[in-house]
Amino acid sequence: MDLSALNPADLAFSLIVAATPLLFAALGELVVEKSGVLNLGVEGMMILGAIGGFATAHGSGSLALAALAGAGAGALLAALFALMTQYLMSNQVATGLALTLFGLGVASLVGQGYAGQTLQVSARLDIPGLTDIPVIGRLLFGHDPLVYLSLVATALVWWFLNRSRAGLILRAVGENHEAAHAIGYPVRLVRVSAILFGGAMAGLGGAYLAVVQTPLWVEGMTAGRGWIALAIVVFAAWRPWRALLGAYVFGGVTIVQLNLQALGVAIESQYLSMAPYLVTILVLVVISADRARARLDAPACLGKPFYASS
Amino acid sequence: MSLWKKAAAVMAGAALAVFAIGAAAAEPLKIGFVYVGPTGDFGWTHEHDLARQAVEAHFGDKVETTYVENVAEGPDAERVIRQMAQSGHGLIFTTSFGFMNPTVKVAKQFPDVKFEHATGYQRADNVSTYSARFYEGRHVIGLIAGKMTKTNTIGYIASFPIPEVVRGINAAYLAAKSVNPAVKFRIVWVNTWFDPGKEADAANALIEQGADVIMQHTDSAAPITIAEEKGVLAFGQASDMTRFGPKSHLTAIIDNWSPYYIARTQAVLDGTWTSTDTWDGIAPGMVAFAPYNPALPKEVVALAEYARFGIMLGKIHPFTGPINRQDGTPWLAAGETASDGDLLGMNFYVEGIEGALPK
Repeated sequence: MDLSALNPADLAFSLIVAATPLLFAALGELVVEKSGVLNLGVEGMMILGAIGGFATAHGSGSLALAALAGAGAGALLAALFALMTQYLMSNQVATGLALTLFGLGVASLVGQGYAGQTLQVSARLDIPGLTDIPVIGRLLFGHDPLVYLSLVATALVWWFLNRSRAGLILRAVGENHEAAHAIGYPVRLVRVSAILFGGAMAGLGGAYLAVVQTPLWVEGMTAGRGWIALAIVVFAAWRPWRALLGAYVFGGVTIVQLNLQALGVAIESQYLSMAPYLVTILVLVVISADRARARLDAPACLGKPFYASS
Repeated sequence: MSLWKKAAAVMAGAALAVFAIGAAAAEPLKIGFVYVGPTGDFGWTHEHDLARQAVEAHFGDKVETTYVENVAEGPDAERVIRQMAQSGHGLIFTTSFGFMNPTVKVAKQFPDVKFEHATGYQRADNVSTYSARFYEGRHVIGLIAGKMTKTNTIGYIASFPIPEVVRGINAAYLAAKSVNPAVKFRIVWVNTWFDPGKEADAANALIEQGADVIMQHTDSAAPITIAEEKGVLAFGQASDMTRFGPKSHLTAIIDNWSPYYIARTQAVLDGTWTSTDTWDGIAPGMVAFAPYNPALPKEVVALAEYARFGIMLGKIHPFTGPINRQDGTPWLAAGETASDGDLLGMNFYVEGIEGALPK
C-alpha cells in the first residue's frame, strides 16, 4: 500500500464539495428543530431545490440565480409543510414523510424535460496569486462561492441562535411554547419563519448538488442525503459548529473510503459506508447517557403541536 | 320449434361466436415492465424502456404495454409484479437482478402469465431468464482504454461484487493488459447502482489517484460529466452518453434489448413461448456500441473493430487462456476458453489486478 499517492489537499477539496450540500440542509433543519418543529421532509425539499437550481442554471447559466431558485423551490415546499402543521395542525412526522415523497414526485415531473441535459456553470474562484499557492491555495481560495456561503451561514446561524434576541425567542419557542406564548411571543410566526428558512437551506443544498457537485439532473439524485442531514442535526446535538463538523465527517468518510479503495486498501467498503451512521448511533448513546445534558441539548417541544389557547 | 325460431337461434349463435372471435382478436396482449430506476436515467432503465417502445412500434394495436419505474428491489417489487399479473398482463419483464426472488414467487401463483427476468438464474415453466454478454463489450472498451491511457492507470467504478460486475472488470483488465502490459486498474466499489453524487465522488477519487481513463459499472452519467470537467477519458454505460461529455466519451457499451423483446412478444402471440435461458452478446446484436469519438486515433478504432468482428464471428473469446487467478493459481490453460458456467459464477479477480475483491 502506497499512501503517498494520496494527496491530502485534493482529498480535502473533494471532501468539502461532498459535505457542502449536507451542511446547508443540516443547518436549515437545525434551526427548524430549535424552534420545536420536526420536519422530516428534508429529502423532498432538497430534490425540489436540485431541479429548481438545475433548471435555472440551464436557462440562465448563472450560479447565483440557480442558488436563489433552489432555495425558493425548497422554501415553497416548506411553506406547504408550514400550512399543514402550523395552521391545519396535521401530524409533523407524517406530514414530513409525505413531504419527502411528494417532493420526489414533483421533482421527477418538473424534471422530465431536463433529464440528460448538461450544464456549463463553472464558478470556482480563481484569485491570481492566492489560488496558485501550492497545497493550500486551491483549498482555501479555489472553491465556488457557495462553499464560502455555507461557512458564513454556519457562523450566522450560531450567532443568531446564541447572540441575538430573535434567536433567543426562537429557542424559547422550541423549549416551551406555552410559556413563550404566555409571554406574548408569536409562536406560530416564529415556527413558520424557521420552517421556511429550513426549506430554503435544504433547497440550496439540493441546488449545490445538481449544479456544482454533479452538474446534471436525474430523478432521485439526492439519494438519501436529506436523511443524512437529519442524522447530522442529532449528531451535532443541535449546535451549528458541530453540524459543520458532522457534515464534514459524513462527507469525509465517503471521500476517504473511495480514495482508500482506489489505493487498494483492503477494508470492506461496506464497513466504511456504514461508519457515519455507526458514529451517529454512538453519539446518540453518549449524549443520552447523561440525562441532564440530553435534556439541555434537544429542544423540549420538538415535534409537539402547539394549540394557541388565545 | 318453428323454422323461423330455429333460424333466429342459429343466427344469434353465429353472431355471438363472431362477436366473441372479434373480441378475442381485438384484445391486445398486455405486457408489463418493471424497472429498477427511472426511465430518464439515460442508462440501464432507459435502454429497457427504448426496447419497450420498440415492441409497441413493432406490434401496434396487438400489444399494450405498461411500466412501473423506480421499483425498489425487495418487497415492493413483489407487490408491483403481483399487481401486474392480477391486472391481466400476459407477459411481464422484470429488469433487474434483485427482482429474481419476487418474480419466481409471483410466477408460481400465476402459471398462465409468462415472466421474463433479466440477469437472473432461477427459471420455472413460466419464467425465462435473459442477459447480455456485456463482458464482450468490456473486452472492446478495455482494448481502447489500454491504448488511450497515458498514466497507465485506469479507474473503474464498480457497483456490487456480483459475478456480472467481476466478469466485466476481468474482461476489461485482460484486454487492456494485452495491448499495454504496464496498465494498472484502480477499482472503487460504491455499493449502489445509481447514486450520481457518489459516482461523481468516486470518479474524482480515481482521477486524483492518477486515472486518466474512467470505466463504470453504475448507471448514471455523473462519472462522464466529471471526466469531461477534469479532461480525462471515459466510457458510457448501457446507453450512448456522448451528450454528457463530448470530449471525454470514447464510446459506450449499449444494451440493445429490442430484438429479444420483440421475439419474445411474438412467441407469446403465436403461442410458442417456452421457458428459455438466453445469454446473447455482440453477434445477435444484444451488445452494441455507441459511435466512436472522432478524436480516437484510427489505429485504436481499427483495433476495437477487429475485436468486435472477431467476437461476432466467434474467432475471439475475451477469456482465452492462459489465465491465472489473482492468487496465482491457474484457471485456464493456454488456448482454453472459459465455460459459461465459470463465467456465470465468477467470483475472483484475474492475476495482475490489485486489491481484494469485496465479499
